[in-house]
Amino acid sequence: MLDFIKQPWPWYIAGPLIGLTVPALLLLGNKSFGISSSLRHICAACIPANVSFFKYDWKKEAWNLFFVLGIFFGGLLASNFLANSQPVQVNEKLVAELAGYGISNYDNLVPTEIMNWSSLLTLKGFLLMVIGGFLVGFGTRYAGGCTSGHAIMGLSNLQWPSLVATICFMVGGFFAANLLLPLILSF
Amino acid sequence: MVQRSFSFANMKYLLVGTLFGIVFVKAEIISWFRIQEMFRLQSFHMYGVIGSAVLIGMVSVWLIKKFKVKTLSGEPIFIQPKQFNKGQIYGGVLFGFGWALTGACPGPLFAQIGNGATVIVVTLLSAIAGTWFYGLIREKLPH
Repeated sequence: MLDFIKQPWPWYIAGPLIGLTVPALLLLGNKSFGISSSLRHICAACIPANVSFFKYDWKKEAWNLFFVLGIFFGGLLASNFLANSQPVQVNEKLVAELAGYGISNYDNLVPTEIMNWSSLLTLKGFLLMVIGGFLVGFGTRYAGGCTSGHAIMGLSNLQWPSLVATICFMVGGFFAANLLLPLILSF
Repeated sequence: MVQRSFSFANMKYLLVGTLFGIVFVKAEIISWFRIQEMFRLQSFHMYGVIGSAVLIGMVSVWLIKKFKVKTLSGEPIFIQPKQFNKGQIYGGVLFGFGWALTGACPGPLFAQIGNGATVIVVTLLSAIAGTWFYGLIREKLPH
């Protein structure tokens, strides 16, 4: 049984489990699934700085912070007790492309050659981690949600603005992965 | 006492989050490599994950509405509708850029840190900074 759990889980197990988060949160406490809001609550709690967007009672939304803390613990538990000992298996074309940029270590979920503490001070690392992270935080809040709030919760509730947002996520992602990322990785 | 009940009431969300984080890691949804495959149409995996999650979510919400299911504490279930504004376009594309570069949306950032990629703390702090900057210049942006 444990051996079975330790293998990477296929999409048809993982996807439905993620989908079930939607009714689970609704039934447990009338909460709409969404993760990027947690970043706003962290701002409201720690650095409101008199910005009106952060002046609200974040404690009422504290469930969201507990939820993301849980995601952190889940990551911790899975890597310590349920880890797959094999490297991530990806498409050969991607392996060939990334090899050209000196990325060949698939032991971790992030590419350790370009995402590590010392590479933060390189242009490549700075663009990928610092600028990339900034765009994630800025973009999700501007869009009013992320993959969970729009693509999963919004589409589950048949909200057309969420479909617009999801399409735009994909457009931005396709553009950046195929055109921007090769430029950045070749520095 | 108030503090204790506050924390206790939120423990269930900690538990759901933990299970969710385990799925994230086990299905490699938080893998930078899997996100690159998705944006190059080199694998069905992520499309299968998101597609089946949406399908199960849709059926669940439909059932909840059809049978007027209540929460465990007996409240009627209410889902805030999403209002359209241009932010979903501009912000959506900008988030897409960040998603492809970092290989993560906000949820996976937390799971990647838990999984041992400690440098992603910087990416998370930068995402918080991005959110904060949005709050600061919000009124000047087209919506």
